Amino acid sequence: MYHRYVVVALSRRKPNEGKELTKEEKQRLRKQKKHQKKQKERKNEKGPSETEKDKTPVSLLPPPQPVATQKAPSALPAPASAPIPVPASAPFHSSPAPSPADKPAKSKAELKAERRARQETDRAAKQPGSSSSGIKTKVPLSELNPVVKRLPEHVQVDDPAVVKRLAKKLERQQIPLRSDYGYKVSLFSHLHQYSRKAPLTQLLSIPSTVIHPSIVRLGLQYSQGIVAGSNARSVALLHAFKQVIRDYTTPPNEELSRDLVNKLKPYISFLNQCRPLSASMGNAIKYIKKEISNIPSQCKEEEAKTKLLTCIDRYIEEKIVLAAKAISKYAIEKISDGDVILVYGYSSLVNNILCEAFEKSRKFRVIVVDSRPRLEGREALRRLVQRGISCTYVLISALSYILPEVSKVFLGAHALLANGYVMSRVGTSQIALVARTYNVPVLVCCETYKFCERVQTDSFVSNELDDPDDLMVTRKGKTQLENWQDVSSLGLLNLVYDVTPPDFVDLVITDLGMIPCTSVPVVLRVKNLDQ
Amino acid sequence: MPGADKEADLTERIEAFLADLKRGGCGTGPIRGSGETARETTALLRKVTAQARWSSAGDLMEIIRKEGRRMTAAQPSETTVGNMVLRVLKIIREEYARSRGSSEETDQQESLHKLLTSGGLSDENFRQHYVHLKANVIEAINELLTELEGTTDNIAMQALEHIHSNEVIMTVGRSRTVEAFLKDAARKRKFHVIVAECAPFCQGHEMATNLSKASIETTVIADAAIFAVMSRVNKVIIGTQTVLANGGLRAVNGTHTVALAARHHSTPLIVCAPMFKLSPQFPNEEDTFHKFVSPHEVLPFTEGEILSKVNVHCPVFDYVPPELITLFISNIGGNAPSYIYRLMSELYHPEDHDL
Repeated sequence: MYHRYVVVALSRRKPNEGKELTKEEKQRLRKQKKHQKKQKERKNEKGPSETEKDKTPVSLLPPPQPVATQKAPSALPAPASAPIPVPASAPFHSSPAPSPADKPAKSKAELKAERRARQETDRAAKQPGSSSSGIKTKVPLSELNPVVKRLPEHVQVDDPAVVKRLAKKLERQQIPLRSDYGYKVSLFSHLHQYSRKAPLTQLLSIPSTVIHPSIVRLGLQYSQGIVAGSNARSVALLHAFKQVIRDYTTPPNEELSRDLVNKLKPYISFLNQCRPLSASMGNAIKYIKKEISNIPSQCKEEEAKTKLLTCIDRYIEEKIVLAAKAISKYAIEKISDGDVILVYGYSSLVNNILCEAFEKSRKFRVIVVDSRPRLEGREALRRLVQRGISCTYVLISALSYILPEVSKVFLGAHALLANGYVMSRVGTSQIALVARTYNVPVLVCCETYKFCERVQTDSFVSNELDDPDDLMVTRKGKTQLENWQDVSSLGLLNLVYDVTPPDFVDLVITDLGMIPCTSVPVVLRVKNLDQ
Repeated sequence: MPGADKEADLTERIEAFLADLKRGGCGTGPIRGSGETARETTALLRKVTAQARWSSAGDLMEIIRKEGRRMTAAQPSETTVGNMVLRVLKIIREEYARSRGSSEETDQQESLHKLLTSGGLSDENFRQHYVHLKANVIEAINELLTELEGTTDNIAMQALEHIHSNEVIMTVGRSRTVEAFLKDAARKRKFHVIVAECAPFCQGHEMATNLSKASIETTVIADAAIFAVMSRVNKVIIGTQTVLANGGLRAVNGTHTVALAARHHSTPLIVCAPMFKLSPQFPNEEDTFHKFVSPHEVLPFTEGEILSKVNVHCPVFDYVPPELITLFISNIGGNAPSYIYRLMSELYHPEDHDL
């Protein structure tokens, strides 16, 4: 009974997706082998039953686990019983025959048949286009399974095993390892601290054979601080990837969808070494990888490349440019005439909002607060003054002096965490704290592509340490901290980010609307369902 | 004439002192610390007492008031000068009262009872002449000078009562009192100090180098990171420029942020301030509270074109309300901010509050 159904299904599928089947099969084979390796390592104790199970999935059936992972929707269309070149087909045809004969074979065949039937039903449910139901059944599964997240390497610097593993991985990818610099404050011994004077590119050979030149340039721009700010970094990253895709040619006997993803991995490691990836960059990379692996394999190379390029352009357009327009529209409603608006540092989004509000003839003035050592506020000041907005400029230590004049505070964000905390440039939490004391409303503006699923409660566990030499300053010809390295009990701490608790923030303006800080996990869930 | 020479010498010294005060108005603080200013002021007043011609306490007080007005006008933000003048005036009153024979307590206590019953209080005009008044006053001023010289050591001696081992202490900018305090504790205890650099003058750097030379584990952070690291801090110990009459502080800019962050994390805020910093001023005078220095420190002239289109502020001081302060440590011991008004009445006479 089962066999007939299977045979019919086979015949229906063969003419359409002959090639696709084989390539999908190859993919699945590789996945199965990987999975088998893992299983062998973990479950050595379970002897005979395991080996049996190992035998059956070899040729035909995917193991049950991938059902819950992300790759499942794309990999599933492949049927269980595909006629791979000759060697596999033989066991397929032969297995039903001996099944009544042998007992272990019988259980094997029955298991096989059951699995096949399950997959046929899934496929049948999928084919008329009811993919949503398929995904819906999968989401609860993934929610039930414990999400095992691997801790990123850049917050485990004090663990020598992790450091060694990273060094091996980088060696394999032929990327140099960047070494830490200077005395690290003990509270932050789990983070990297690099020097700007020793960029990673010094250790690379020129021209680099492994890394695309636009990626090398990008890495240098990141590590020297030439490209800074989460939107700027993401856009630069996407443009660099576009260049990589344009210059990419599929090697023979390889698939674009698989090979390109593998090509991008060393680039991402390299960029991570130059400067740890931001949350926005992480989301962008996830999107690109998904798009690349979704390329059907019968697509020609040129077609695939143009498709990817348009995908990236659309991502930039939707998530960054149009989102900024939407956020400006919402934010301008909140700006009234006569307002005194306080901004901190340089946030491209907040600057955009202020310029658009000024163009719409709102009367307001801006107070730009800046802090050492980055002094990014000067850039914001220049741009606002160019537009003709009347500005005041102070340092963050004068905050208590200037706040009684302020009517609203607009802040940008680097990322919004799932527990409602806002991760932003260091000093933002201070501004929110003092504003709250003076009862001044604090509005955070953030695009949804910066929302991330991490949770964090303080600024220590995951942060970035910038070059400590930046804190040195020469006043009246004297640099007090010139020889700080020689003094053993002196350390300099140059933090880049901090987290603001949600009770300091009154409103978050996103492209989906104006939400309270605590609604971030709702937005994340909606986004995940959409994907 | 020797008298004229001495007078000329005295005038010269006073002029030099005033010039120093005026010059010390830049943001990095006065050329000498407030302790030195206090001592110098007191020494000058002693000289004035010794050399000026006066016959009664009233005359002397007039002379001192005149000199005091000149000195405070030179640098209004340097309140120690005015404080010392008030102390000397109080000394004169006390000595006069003692010479007259009446006990100190009854005359000084301005209790409500006294105000109601005595009616027409202090008909004193200090016109009587007493022979030994001059010597007594000079002796009392000498005692004041000795007290001033020992203030930093007195405060530093209390350090071990407040700092235990393995603490993380935060401080802002540079205060000689706090430096001595921490160095004294470091002789016996091991702890960690985080110094906020306090832009734009970055005096925290000097503090950090001095502390690290005394083998104290020090970390320098930027002002923007104060709230970020506050969760790991056990105590905040700061110095101040002035202690105001309501128990609030006029301290270097950035201190209010530190105080708010400390309150948010329920970290105690300890202020090390010697008694000569206590001033009878209240913080309500908007136009006299703040002092500004050249905005060049904040936005240098190299920024060029935008400078003319932008308002740049560089305030030097911050007001910290008394609710945010946990403890004052002074040379006479530890006090709560709510007790400051009482200390003030012991140090200064209410009629002298406006010079």
